[in-house]
Amino acid sequence: MISLANIHVTFNPGTPLAKPALLGVNLDIAAGEFITVSGSNGAGKSTLLNVISGDILCDRGQILVEAEDITAWPTARRAKLVSRVFQNPLAGSCAELTIEENLVLAFRRGQLRGLRPALNDRFRDQFRARLASLELGLENRLCDRIGLLSGGQRQALSLVMATLAPAKILLLDEHTAALDPKTAHYIMQLTDQLVTEHRLTTLMVTHSMRQALEVGNRLLMLHEGRIVFDVDQSEKVHLSVDDLLKRFANDGLSDDSLLLS
Amino acid sequence: MSLVAFLGAIETGLLYGFLSLGVYLSFRVLKFPDLTVDGSFPLGAAVVATLITQGINPWLATAVAMVAGALAGLCTAVLSVRVNILNLLASILTMIALYSINLRIMGRPNVPLLNQPTLFDGLESVLPVWVILLVGLGVTKLAIDWFLTSDLGLAMRATGMNPTMASAQGIYTDRLILLGMAMSNALAALSGALFAQVNGFADVALGVGTVVVGLATVILGEAIFPSRTVRWATLAVIAGCLIYRLVIAMALNADFLGLRAQDLNLVTALIVVMALVLPQVNLLALVKSKR
Repeated sequence: MISLANIHVTFNPGTPLAKPALLGVNLDIAAGEFITVSGSNGAGKSTLLNVISGDILCDRGQILVEAEDITAWPTARRAKLVSRVFQNPLAGSCAELTIEENLVLAFRRGQLRGLRPALNDRFRDQFRARLASLELGLENRLCDRIGLLSGGQRQALSLVMATLAPAKILLLDEHTAALDPKTAHYIMQLTDQLVTEHRLTTLMVTHSMRQALEVGNRLLMLHEGRIVFDVDQSEKVHLSVDDLLKRFANDGLSDDSLLLS
Repeated sequence: MSLVAFLGAIETGLLYGFLSLGVYLSFRVLKFPDLTVDGSFPLGAAVVATLITQGINPWLATAVAMVAGALAGLCTAVLSVRVNILNLLASILTMIALYSINLRIMGRPNVPLLNQPTLFDGLESVLPVWVILLVGLGVTKLAIDWFLTSDLGLAMRATGMNPTMASAQGIYTDRLILLGMAMSNALAALSGALFAQVNGFADVALGVGTVVVGLATVILGEAIFPSRTVRWATLAVIAGCLIYRLVIAMALNADFLGLRAQDLNLVTALIVVMALVLPQVNLLALVKSKR
């Protein structure tokens, strides 16, 4: 239902600094898939994600979402199809706004915004119920500014925000990378729970090979702007981090940064 | 300070209240350092004075002045978000251009409005000018509160705070900057239009330092009444306006200080510095260290 065809992206084109980031990526994402994307630094993981979100427009190629061509759509227009959690917990919400204001901003994602009061008690009840399931006590802090929350709390909230309005795909950009191991584990559990609960089609970029293997039901490996490895669930369950590394050694892709697990 | 001087300060404070609310929208809500108001404030005065002397109804003239201000704000916003000129520079360019445009509109550097009808005519016999201004400013404040707590206004606030997050939430940040800048400069022009009618003239040099005055009142309000919600923030802006004018009036009226009217800009600069520094000074720590 989401298909990327022959996507090319070059940074600083036509200058001595020109750097190809994606070289003809083809990818079909079926509804309900939870894809993990791994690869070394500069492999094109984040670029791939940004091409889908609209933050980077591709030089060549085509992006279709359910037969609709969104290749030229800017980020704001794609927001009704794409929801996103950023790597930096501070990036996904407004520190100076309250929890409820951030939530209602996310609730209206993809809708026309008018002059009606943004918040009312019906919303607040709904938000409280959603936040209570996090078991972080945030349901009693609707009027607190987000800036008062810890990085982990903010990331948990970002996940809830990303699932408030419907989306064709959820993009997770190394969203546990900036957190301590315990919090990262909690956020990953929450991610799994929300993705299952809302049956979300998900694309998660991760630096960690172990995470890439443990989570999701399809694994992509990128290298130098190309997809070099694409396995589905049946194959993925039999793989170990060592297998992946061997495979890369055979392909001449041995790269120290891939050892990060 | 005499009662006349006191009421005069209040009246001027209220006149500039609209400007300050506009500056709050650009500097605080959109985080857009906008110097356009130095041009759009006298633009409002120029438009209203020219139209009234040509026999146009003062209410209509004031409305046209606001539209002119909105266009000036749009001009700056377009230069910034569509043409990609640095926001501060974009606003300076519009401000400079407006100097010439204001001269063109008036046809000369100064237009007197003595013995001309004004917006206050029918009302003045019933209520003093400062009461009319207070009511007008109060209504404007409530309208801005309503807007900023609506879905659209919340989107505008998000645009100023975190544009990346805003566009990921489907907010067209460019359009909200255009809208906010138009609103901000419409308010500045309204301030200028009312100033001309209350004081009986429009002058091309009226705008010099307007942005500093606007910013001074916003910062002063925030320093005295720190607040997190929009409703209190806009109220603090208005309070800042009144306090600023009273401080100026007191400073200029205090004979022992020896200050005169030409020292106004110096006093303004000092007030801004004080309002910025005072919140950083921890009075308790200062007292303890003295012990």
